[in-house]
Amino acid sequence: MQTVQRRTLPLRLPRVRPGGVLPILAILAVLLVLVGIRQPDFLAPPSLMSFLGRSAPIILLAAGQYFVIVSGEFDLSVGSLVTAQVVVAARLIDSDPTRTWPVVLLLLVFGALVGLVNGLITTRLRVPSFITTLGMFLILVGAVYLWSDGAPKGGLSEEFRRFGRRAFEDVPLLGRVPYALLVLLVLAAVAVLLMRSDFGRTLVAVGDNPRTAELSGVRVWRTRTIAFILSGLAAAAAAILLGGYSGVSFQAGAGLEFGAITAVVLGGVALGGGRGSVVGAMLGALTLELLFALMNFYGVSGALRSTVQGAIILLAVAVSATRSSSR
Amino acid sequence: MSALSLLPARRPVPGVFVALTLTLAIGWLVVLLDGGQLFNQSTTVSLLHVAAGLGLVAVGQTLVILGGSLDLSVAYVISLSTLVAAETMNGSDGALLPAIGLALAVSAGVGLLNGLLVTKLRVNAFIATLGVGLLLKGYLDNGYDGPAGTTAPTLVQSLGYQRIGPVPLSFLLLVAVTAAAWFALSKTRFGHHLVAVGGDPEVARLSGVRNDRILVTAHVLCSMCAGLAGIYLASRLGSGAPRVGTEGLYDLESIAAVVIGGTALAGGRGGVIGTVGGVLLLASIDAIFNQLEVDAFFKQVIRGAIIIAAVAVYARRAMRKAAA
Repeated sequence: MQTVQRRTLPLRLPRVRPGGVLPILAILAVLLVLVGIRQPDFLAPPSLMSFLGRSAPIILLAAGQYFVIVSGEFDLSVGSLVTAQVVVAARLIDSDPTRTWPVVLLLLVFGALVGLVNGLITTRLRVPSFITTLGMFLILVGAVYLWSDGAPKGGLSEEFRRFGRRAFEDVPLLGRVPYALLVLLVLAAVAVLLMRSDFGRTLVAVGDNPRTAELSGVRVWRTRTIAFILSGLAAAAAAILLGGYSGVSFQAGAGLEFGAITAVVLGGVALGGGRGSVVGAMLGALTLELLFALMNFYGVSGALRSTVQGAIILLAVAVSATRSSSR
Repeated sequence: MSALSLLPARRPVPGVFVALTLTLAIGWLVVLLDGGQLFNQSTTVSLLHVAAGLGLVAVGQTLVILGGSLDLSVAYVISLSTLVAAETMNGSDGALLPAIGLALAVSAGVGLLNGLLVTKLRVNAFIATLGVGLLLKGYLDNGYDGPAGTTAPTLVQSLGYQRIGPVPLSFLLLVAVTAAAWFALSKTRFGHHLVAVGGDPEVARLSGVRNDRILVTAHVLCSMCAGLAGIYLASRLGSGAPRVGTEGLYDLESIAAVVIGGTALAGGRGGVIGTVGGVLLLASIDAIFNQLEVDAFFKQVIRGAIIIAAVAVYARRAMRKAAA
């Protein structure tokens, strides 16, 4: 973590680099302390592991959204993509375990394809991504209802659901390790490696200044399209975990796009692109989930969740905005 | 948000009306071949009613988008405004004017909050208005399970259902609001400043425009337009409805209408006349599909595709002009 010091003003505190993960780690620590005071059991390894497993889908979505946002675009279609994936999976598997793996593969292809279409429309047809992905949102929701005549059909196989709800039990020290957590760890590692590769640097450069990137020989359109594909793939992974955990419904992915964007922003990633880390985005999602858990412990009505979510985003962004603008 | 901002100005207004005319012509033909009639009284009336609701929101949305901002909280402002209006009226005509005043005042307050967050705290407009929207959503979800309050009968009879020939009073209200917004944008200092702020905030600031004040005003006006749409919807429904704004997708549809109407999403270019064209286009497509008895879900798929295609056509034209 780099800090920027100003010699001319020795009294100033060391500044946190905008886009760094320190602020979100601080918030996360405060929330953990608050949870620890109210509900010490929650921090015991088994329940903490379960919590991390439950949070895996939104963390994956935040990572996917990060790729798109850091490249300077938005993906508003991920929530509807998750819903579509879950409904499609249920209908195609139709409770037949032998179809599990082909369908998992199909979901990944489907996610990548939706990302590809989003990316190409945004970059080649020059439609603002806000509109592209909003249109995709309408298309996906409409199509999935149309295809299933208004009620989800079929069912997920036990094997499919395993990813979302099962765990390795009786693990020493940790108690239990949900499959979802393992999936998350692997994919998070891939995301971090990806951001450290040439592609990651290019992606950030594209978000920071597309014109400069273009002039230095980057194919901006291709880089951004890949970001959309990654977001689609993340949505597919999230859908597999989420479908396994909470089952099939038309509400499976409702509102998740805004949750993911909130998480990304909370994690210090600048909207408009070019700043922030994928770890920050994923920590942002974890913080958001922990906040909701905390609200449960304090008996805050579930309906007020969104009010608190709104207040938190505004606070987080206002604080970071005033900080970066006073540089 | 897009490379469009680098391209020279264009005159997008006629485009959407050409598309509207084509849509209506083709729609009329297809409906005729299907054995129906597109321009009968009831279809026209319902088309104009749909346009009135969406149009009021979209005209307000045009103002903030022109200023380079955005308002994602309008759907919740609409729901809130139906409740404030209907609960204050509580079925009595006596409370009609205070109720309308209160609903508009509450909406203006939300707009003020949006505007201050965007300008004073420098929160990205997307996040600021999303955050405020979530605040309102929590309040609505927590306090209301279903419809509440009763709209004053006079309001229902006038704004809700009164019409002159095939033209509903509510559509005339939209025309009046659009005319006012058009006047403000093209004839007043506020309008010129707003477009300047949306075009290049730094240049506007250096030329002496008070950016913050202009943007806050635009946000207040946008929210009041949403509040007005809420009052109209309350008069149609006869009561306050906590989810009417979100279920109607007024946030996303209003932005879509603005963009289809040729206003640049990045700000600085466009106008309310185009927006009304965009609204009429969306409402016409809706009416044609209703006449053809197209499946509601299929309608949504087509609508998504049309929104993307319409914007792509604009972007293409802008690119060609830039190349020429």
